[in-house]
Amino acid sequence: MGKKIGKQTVCLSKGVPILSTASTVGPKEAEGPLGAYFDKKVEDALFGQETWEQAESFFVQENMALAVEKAGLKMKDMDYILCGDLLNQCTGSCFGIKNFDIPYFGLFGACSTMGEAMSLGAMLIDGGFAGHVLTGASSHFCAAEKQFRFPLPLGTQRPPTSTWTVTGDGAAVLAGKGEGPKIVEITTGKIVDMGVTDANNMGAAMAPAAAALLLAHFEDTGRMPQDYDVIATGDLGTIGRELVVELLSKEGYEMDSRFTDCGIEIFDAEKQDTHAGGSGCACSAVTFCGYFYPKLKAGEIGRMLFIPTGALMSPTSSQQGQPIPGIAHGLVIEGCGKGAAR
Amino acid sequence: MMELAKAFLVGGLLCVVGQILIDKTKLMSGRILVMYVCLGCILGGLGIYQTLEEFGGAGATVPLTGFGFRLAEGVMKEVDSAGFLGIFTGGMKAAAGGVTAAVFFAFLAALVANPKEK
Amino acid sequence: MQTTQKAQQEYDKMVKKASPNSPIFTNCLKAFVSGGLICAGGQLLLNLFLERNFTENEAALCVSITLIGISAVLTALGLYEKLGKFCGAGTIVPITGFANSVVSPAIEFKKEGMVFGMAAKMFLVAGPVIVYGTLTSMLVGLIYFLIGR
Repeated sequence: MGKKIGKQTVCLSKGVPILSTASTVGPKEAEGPLGAYFDKKVEDALFGQETWEQAESFFVQENMALAVEKAGLKMKDMDYILCGDLLNQCTGSCFGIKNFDIPYFGLFGACSTMGEAMSLGAMLIDGGFAGHVLTGASSHFCAAEKQFRFPLPLGTQRPPTSTWTVTGDGAAVLAGKGEGPKIVEITTGKIVDMGVTDANNMGAAMAPAAAALLLAHFEDTGRMPQDYDVIATGDLGTIGRELVVELLSKEGYEMDSRFTDCGIEIFDAEKQDTHAGGSGCACSAVTFCGYFYPKLKAGEIGRMLFIPTGALMSPTSSQQGQPIPGIAHGLVIEGCGKGAAR
Repeated sequence: MMELAKAFLVGGLLCVVGQILIDKTKLMSGRILVMYVCLGCILGGLGIYQTLEEFGGAGATVPLTGFGFRLAEGVMKEVDSAGFLGIFTGGMKAAAGGVTAAVFFAFLAALVANPKEK
Repeated sequence: MQTTQKAQQEYDKMVKKASPNSPIFTNCLKAFVSGGLICAGGQLLLNLFLERNFTENEAALCVSITLIGISAVLTALGLYEKLGKFCGAGTIVPITGFANSVVSPAIEFKKEGMVFGMAAKMFLVAGPVIVYGTLTSMLVGLIYFLIGR
């Protein structure tokens, strides 16, 4: 157990470089404040397909291939694909990658899937089981609404606490050797259930899991929030972020403006009418791949704690009155260049 | 003109009650619709909704409570003419026009329209 | 992270404090005006049909069918959803809202086939209205049968 530090954290001996990332998003994300950072912007959320679900799979297929291409590799160089999404039985992912002909582990971590994929991918590589691992996560607003809420043409009002599922796919190529920002530590989250039942307030449902993950991480590593240039949670939105700050302050940790949330970054809540922020697997995936990764690579960010968050629920569990437990996975990623020397 | 104003007032107020329910109790719209139908039906059975209809006209019949009211009226009329079996036929008979119209138009709409992005 | 009942209750308080409420006053105003307008429109139609020598029952049914038709067209064009976002209960409570809740799943689920998609899911939202409406009418009928006549 030489690689394990503390209760929930592992230390990767040499660090696992992220060779490349790719991000593909739908029209609303493209109009958002991060629009310019994404690799590929699709004008029509159907992406030329017949259904929303097929469109999501096409997002996965195209974007995964793009990530491999950007790494200067071929798909056959990949030893494993690890990815997941929100659709039933993760069909968004498996239909997207089925023609790649690469060993595949399908993952479900709700919106935390990108964190789960990168964590497991990095461990596979560090353990010597793989040279290249392709990781990713996707979601689609229309498909998610259809599955989790209502048919789209139904005239309803969204409460101010609700979040907006991001349409897109984020993918990252991890490798045993090569240049790129390195994943150096992984803190794996536990399920935290604080009894939140309001499916229109996902940020509140997930905030305790994110706070618990941060606490465990600080305890395991002995670091403070200020030891990071950026701490970015996945899709807590404005309400969830506020709650994390409050929960941590009770435990004696002061989070400052370096703590942000991908769901807050990706949309302009006022102009785009997204209420509390963005959500969905793609929220953290495309924000990391499109926005943070280049900054890490350029050395603008020295050390980042990336924490995709997920709400573990299904329409069935929700209708049966079950609460919404949360999960969060943390990855410490060190940027290239002098920033990393810190 | 007075008729229109009354319809506006009664219909508007019924919607305000629905809005308060949505915002205060986080009820989904489906539940609101169910509550309204049942409430209209019961008030119709008690003979109260008739007064509201006389005053508000379409303001009382267009909201879904009016649909429930029509069910109550239908079932009572049917019990008058057919006795016990009227309990089984009256409500559905009164609802037939609206439900059939909804099915018909929904079918047509599904034939021509495709799901759109928000 | 403590997840005892006490911690959950405390957290619930934090959540309530952090979560903004719906702007209930403006929402109600919008619902009042939009719902009122739909009903006034219904009254206008009703008068129109009554002038054409329909009986009161026939005229009321014609109003319902017309409003359901209009709602179906707006839903198919993707406009009812936009109205609904603004008007809230104003477009949910009138019969147009009922029609919208029948038409929208029919459109959304047609990709799963015309039988198990469009038809089977058509009453996904509105089905309970028919179920409970029918049951309540039976109850009213029964009581009326026993004591009302």
